[in-house]
This record gives sequence, C-alpha cells and structure tokens, in this order.
Amino acid sequence: MTKQVQQLERVVIRFAGDSGDGMQLTGDRFTAGTAEFGNDLSTLPNFPAEIRAPAGTLPGVSSFQLHFADHDILTPGDAPNVLVAMNPAALKANLGDLPKGADIIANTDEFTKRNLQKVGYDANPLEDDSLREWRVHAVPLTSLTVTALEGFDLSKKDAERSKNMFALGLLSWLYHRPTEHTISFLEQKFAKKPEIAKANIAAFQAGWNYGETTESFSVSYEVKPAQLAPGVYRNISGNQALAYGLIAASVQSKLPLFLGSYPITPASDILHELSRHKRFGIRTFQAEDEIAGVGAALGAAFGGALGVTTTSGPGVALKAETIGLAVMTELPLILVDVQRAGPSTGMPTKTEQTDLLMAMFGRNGESPVPIVAPSTPSDCFDAAIEAARIAVKYRTPVYLLSDGYLANGSEPWRLPEVSDLPDISTEFAVKTDEEFHPYVRDPETLSRPWAIPGTAGLEHRIGGIEKANGSGNISYDPNNHDLMVRLRQSKIDGIDVPDLEVDDPEGDARVLVLGWGSTYGPIAAAVRRIRKSGGKVAQAHLRHLNPLPANTGEVLKSYDKVLLPEINLGQLALLLRAKFLVDIISYNRVRGLPFKAEELAGVIQDVIDSE
Amino acid sequence: MSETLNGKGLALVPKTDAKQTLKDFKSDQEVRWCPGCGDYAILAAVQSFLPELGLRRENIVFVSGIGCSSRFPYYLDTYGFHSIHGRAPAIATGLASSRPDLSVWVITGDGDALSIGGNHLIHALRRNVNLNILLFNNRIYGLTKGQYSPTSEIGKITKSTPMGSLDKPFNPISLALGAEASFVARTIDSDRKHLQSVLREATAHRGTSLVEIYQNCNIFNDNAFEQLKDPEIRDDITLRLEHGQPIASASKAVVRAANGGLDVVPLAEAGDRVLVHDAHNPDPSVAFALSRLDEPAFEHVPIGIFRQVERPAYDTLMAEQLEEAVAQKGPGDLSDLLMGGDTWRIG
Repeated sequence: MTKQVQQLERVVIRFAGDSGDGMQLTGDRFTAGTAEFGNDLSTLPNFPAEIRAPAGTLPGVSSFQLHFADHDILTPGDAPNVLVAMNPAALKANLGDLPKGADIIANTDEFTKRNLQKVGYDANPLEDDSLREWRVHAVPLTSLTVTALEGFDLSKKDAERSKNMFALGLLSWLYHRPTEHTISFLEQKFAKKPEIAKANIAAFQAGWNYGETTESFSVSYEVKPAQLAPGVYRNISGNQALAYGLIAASVQSKLPLFLGSYPITPASDILHELSRHKRFGIRTFQAEDEIAGVGAALGAAFGGALGVTTTSGPGVALKAETIGLAVMTELPLILVDVQRAGPSTGMPTKTEQTDLLMAMFGRNGESPVPIVAPSTPSDCFDAAIEAARIAVKYRTPVYLLSDGYLANGSEPWRLPEVSDLPDISTEFAVKTDEEFHPYVRDPETLSRPWAIPGTAGLEHRIGGIEKANGSGNISYDPNNHDLMVRLRQSKIDGIDVPDLEVDDPEGDARVLVLGWGSTYGPIAAAVRRIRKSGGKVAQAHLRHLNPLPANTGEVLKSYDKVLLPEINLGQLALLLRAKFLVDIISYNRVRGLPFKAEELAGVIQDVIDSE
Repeated sequence: MSETLNGKGLALVPKTDAKQTLKDFKSDQEVRWCPGCGDYAILAAVQSFLPELGLRRENIVFVSGIGCSSRFPYYLDTYGFHSIHGRAPAIATGLASSRPDLSVWVITGDGDALSIGGNHLIHALRRNVNLNILLFNNRIYGLTKGQYSPTSEIGKITKSTPMGSLDKPFNPISLALGAEASFVARTIDSDRKHLQSVLREATAHRGTSLVEIYQNCNIFNDNAFEQLKDPEIRDDITLRLEHGQPIASASKAVVRAANGGLDVVPLAEAGDRVLVHDAHNPDPSVAFALSRLDEPAFEHVPIGIFRQVERPAYDTLMAEQLEEAVAQKGPGDLSDLLMGGDTWRIG
C-alpha cells in the first residue's frame, strides 16, 4: 500500500500519559529528532509535582508539547494538532485543549473499565461516538509492544514499559523524523542493560513499522526544515542555557564559580548541570537550607569567587536577609530566581511572573538590587552573562528572574562564538601608597574596591552595620546614613543599561505592547498575527527591570496606548505607572501557564479597536 | 607548632618571617563591650596568641554573626566579616571551602550559634569545613538586653521569662559531638593559659574545631561560671581533660560506672580505676559521657579537649573532586562545552 504524504507548515503534538509512562523522555527524543531534521521548534513540558501520583488518575497526568515548523516560531503552540493519550486520564485532562478535527492517538489497552471509572467516564469515549468531532486512532499500544518484544527475555511488565518507545516510533513515522539519534541514544542510555536497550529499540522500530502497515494511518506528514540564520545549532532548555551562561560568565570574568544552592523546583536542574562541570573549577555546594546556600555564595564572593545562588520564590523569601547583607557589603552576587506559581508552595511545577516586586523590594531598608530577566530559553545564556557583568562591575547582588516556562521549555539555539562573548573581568584591589579604605568609590560606577583576603595591606572589616562612606568604619551618623542610602541607590540607578528597542516596522502604530521575561514568545507571535491581518502594533520587551532603560518613559509616552500582559496581577504595570505616570493597560492571567498567542492577539486587537 | 594528632591545620596558609606581636593584630577601632565583659579577656588572649602562628596577617579572616561576641572581628587587624544573625558558619563555609589558603575563624555566641544559627552550626561540623569556631557561651542574650538563651538553665528568670524559662538547655559539647564534630573543646575566658593551649590545638586541627568558651556577662548573667573561678572550689570542680592523662580534679576522679556510663567519685576511692582520657578515640561515646558530667548543677565540669580525631576536611575533598575532573577529562573548554550536545549546522 502506498501511503499519501501531505505537506504541513507546522505541527503541534502533545504526548500525554501517566507520570510513570515516560512522556517527558518520549517528548525529548521526538524533539531531538526534530531538531536534527532542521525544523524550528519550541517545547512545553507540563508535569505534576508528585513524582508518582496514583496511576491512572487526573493529577498523575504528565504531558510534553512540541511545536515544530518550516519557519521560525516563537511559542510551543496554543493548541495541539495531535494528542497522544496513553490512558483515559491523559485523554480527559487534555481534551479541552484540543481543537475539533485534531488527531487523537489513544492507547486502547489502557481504556479498561477500571481506568475509565477512575477518571469518571461512564462509557468508553473511544467507542461511544463522543469523540466524533476529532479524528481518533485507536491503537493497542501496550499489547502491540508486548507482541513485538515476545522474543526478548523480559517480564511482561518490563515489556509493557517500552510502550512509550512504540509510540515514539509511530509518531516518528507519521512525521518523517530521522531515527538514528534515538537508536544511538537508547544504546547509550541502557549501555549497562543491553537487553533493555535492544527491547526499547525493537519497540521503537515496531512502532515505526506499525505506522507503515496499518490502515489506521493513511496519511503521513512532512514539515520541511526551517530557513533559520546560518550557524551551528543545538536544542536547549532555559535551565541548561542559564547554567551554561553562568559557566561562560566564570570564564569571561576569570573568576572561579561558586554555587551555593538548596534543591527546589523548578531551579534544581541548574544545580545538577553545574555539578557536572567541575573541570571548569566550579564548586557546587548543596547547602543545608536556602539561607546557607546564599550565605556560602556570599562568603565565597568575599574571597574573590563569582558567587551564585539558585532558587525559586520560596527560597528567595528565605534568602532576603543575606541579600540585604550583600547590598550593604557591596559584593558581587548572582541571585537566580526561577519563578513558580505562589504564594507559599503554590504550584511548584507551574510558571508565573509573580516575584518581580519581591525582587525589587523584598528586603528591609532601602535596598536596591538590579534585575535582569531573560525572554526565551536560549536567552537565559546571555542574560546570565549580563547579570554577572553588572554584579562584577558594580559590586552588587543582581537578580536573574527566569521562570518555570523558560526553565523547562526548549528551543533551537544558535551557538555563539566564544570569541564574541563580552569580557566581563575586573580588577581586585591592590596595595598602593595611599591608606586603604574599603568604601572609597569609583567616581564613574560608584562601586567600591573588591579587596580579597590574602591581599597584604588591605586588611579590613565589612559587615551589615552602616558604614562611614570611604573608611567603611561603623557609623551611626545621621547624615552619613542618608548619604549612604542615596549612594547605594545612585549606584544601581546609574548602571549602564542599553536602551529599550521598539519593533514598529512602519513607525505608525498607535498601540505598544510591552512585556518582560518569558512572555516574549507569545507576545511576539500575537503581534505577528495582528500585522498579518493588516493591524498596526508596536512591540517592546524589557530585559532590564532595575534600573529600567533610560528611554523607557519616552517610549511609553510616544504611544496612545500601552498594553502590558503579565502572568501576575500587574506588578510591572504598578512600577511603570508610579515612575512614569503612564496609564498602562494591564492584561493579567495567573493560571500557571504561559499566554497563548491567539489569546493575546485578541487582547491586542481589542485595544487597537478601542482607539 | 604544637604536637597534635594532625598538625596540618594551617599547612596551606602562607607563613611570614616577619616578627609579629600582639600590636599587629589590634585594629584602630575602639572596643565597645561593657566594662568587665568576659569578651575583653578572650580578645586579648586571641590577639596575643595569633603571633605565635606566624601566619601572614592578610590570610586570616574572622567571620561573625550577630550578638555581643560578634563585634569581635572589628577589633582585629585581619580581614573580617561581621554578618547576620546565625549565618556566620554558612558564610565562612563558602569562604573556607573556596580558599584553602585562609585561616578562617567563626566568632559566635550561644544565641547566635545554637538558636537562630543552629542548623548552620551542625552542618558545618558534620562537613568538617576548615574553620575554628569560637562559641562564647554566657548563657544569656546580652545584645538584646537579657532574655534567656538556649543554654540558660531551666527556670531562668529574665525579662522574657518572669516566671522562669521552661526549655531544657542545649549542652554545646554534647550537641557538637552528636553533629559528628572532629574537634570539640571547652575552655574559660578567665584562664588565658588554658584558652590559648586549646586554641593552639584547634588551629593545628584541619577541619572544624569547635571551642566552647565559658564567658561571663557581668551585666545580665554575672557569675554564671563562678564555681570555675572561685579559688576556694575551682580545683575541686574542674575536671581537666588532657589526652593520655587521668581525668581528675583536686578531689574527684572520673571512673567507669557499672551501668556503662561514667561516674565521678572521690579521688581517694578511685584507685587505679581513674579513666585515662583518650581524645583521639574514634568512638565518640566516652566523650559524650564526659560532656554530660556537668549536669545538673555544675558540681564537676570537664574543661579541655573532648574529641580530636582526623577526618578529611571539606575543602580538601571538594578540591580533590575538581582535580579529579580535570585529570579525567582535561580542563574545561567553553567552546567544547557549548558544542557538546547534539548540534546541527544551517547554511
């Protein structure tokens, strides 16, 4: 039978199953094949905080969404074209996101009476016509896998475990993905268990062959490689890019990296990644708590290291006092906050932009801290270097505000040339003929000398008590305190930050959409849609939130309307309204999920129409 | 250097040939403790001890938390970091584990180390970070003006406990031993000779040394350790711990009890049963039993080094892993790292 091949510009696939079904791995492998093939892509994993929630239940559903295309794309896609549902829970949890007409590939073996009851299905939806508006492919994935692995010396349970590889094989056939990488990946992953490696490869190939022979799939699809800018690419998640950015910052600053960290979702992967790169002289310290993590990083910074701590919102709350000490002692320190849904424990695996005001103000006293926010997963690399640059140059703690969406999402990254990375090195203080004073300031940056232990003649004491400007001695003098409060503020206000760039192709838009952080992709995709349909809208995205670019006010005031979507209740809007007296229009949804391009396009259109 | 179990405590810290005196370690800052405070004696003892080490002054760092004792670093002309309440061990851990060429000291008090900073203290001890921790124990909160502390005796009447405190105090020595400390000692502010002899051993020890110093707060808890200072009774109460020597005071001796623990009996009755102190015993249970002898009423108090055993220091282990990583794969190369995943080329 010759099967028809259809060309598509883009596809959104969502793999969904029990959290033990290996959906994240399946998604990762499909992504690797897609990257290798040369499509542009963007991914969105979505998983429960529980490691193994009760099997077959709605809270246990884990999913991985991948958007790939023959052109450059900006988001993991609003809605899937294809849902792979490994059990009834996965179908039920995801059906609401699935547009009519989309494909559903369902593992019929798991649609048992018991599993259906667990999630409240009275009848089997695969059989009762309730899914008639979708294209359902009912495939007994589990039993096909077991049959394919009959020749292997495996228990039935072990054989069943390979069903995710069968599904991957089927999808790889359906979308013409290359197979070599997945096979070599499985060989490496199970190098110590060759039987398991072989079984997984056999399941993967059986899935592919099933697609080729079954009548259930009459069409397969091709998505041509995208025409991206020339260069060498790899697929990278935000957390990995951020870790690499920190390593690059260490190399480019010529300072040894010291990470003090306590495990917390969704930041732990940065600790894991940095722990693997000790040959760069990186010390990773898994502390007894969040406070010790930042404390050790600050202690290492006092000793001349590039001190870093990585955490999420609850950890930031605990670190606040030490961050204040870093402000007072004016030492370089990088504070990575991978924001997650709060307050309190909130929804640990879901994303949010709700820590901005905590980063700005969450300390006692007048305690300014610069804030840098990456906009895409790969941008986490550059943003980390930028945070380090500011920390080192201005001797200050710096917030790097990532979030769960950036941390776990991935996209192709055009690798930079190392020779193009900025030199962010600095000089430690050395003994001169003049008497040493630890709080004498550089007239340009207002930063103080970084005099590290081991330097003869510069012995000095620092601490959290107010200092006399210059000498650094303890001072309770009222005027000195007023001066120091203003100096610390002026130092941060004076940080060299590039101007805010506005994307307004014809220069005649009257509405500006402003964003910060991870909303870049959905906002940019929405702006494209508006322009495609003839609308006029300008876009600007803030990377530096403290201090703001010098031209921010001017940009805001040059548009009739400024729309600011945020995954919070308007935190940046509050700051901008206060600072620039501009009547920002906020759009806020706090669902633990990124915005959808279609949703934002609608909001932008409404603002344009209300002109 | 002194004779110690492991004399490597300062092996990585650069030495100086220049002659040092107490004056070299005095900073230009005016000392601001209450007149009569035990901290003065400890400061003087430390300042006059440091020249003995012959270290380059710039390679010595004092880190402190918050409390009266934590002002200590301001008065020493070395590097110093007066940090925040309870966190000195954490900050010092980052410094010491990334800079093995430094002699890092933590100055803390009973509230700082055992209340707000208890977690950091026990973890520094189990990790065996190369630190000298001096815990000034005056059994009261001084800087906040006289509330009971985690080492105050039960029933302590203070501003915050007008009817007496309810909580059982920590015994810092027992706590440190339970936290896997490799060096644990106790000394007293008024006995400079003993204090300095303990510091000598503590600095020679590579890893965390915890030195509890009984320190008198003459404003809020005066005479807390009077029994140990009163010439009439102190020699009877003080049980000197010296490695290889029988454990006894002028009139009492420590013997093994029938129940497996330790007893204190009149010296005359002890005969050849007097326990000989073994600070190097890998098993901490005897040291722990010794640490309980001051209960409940300070009738007899062991002073000296309870435990002194060799265990690799945290910074050494950390540095070894970095060296091993380089030995296995060569030094890191940024370009190789970035190109290290599954890459593809366009154009």
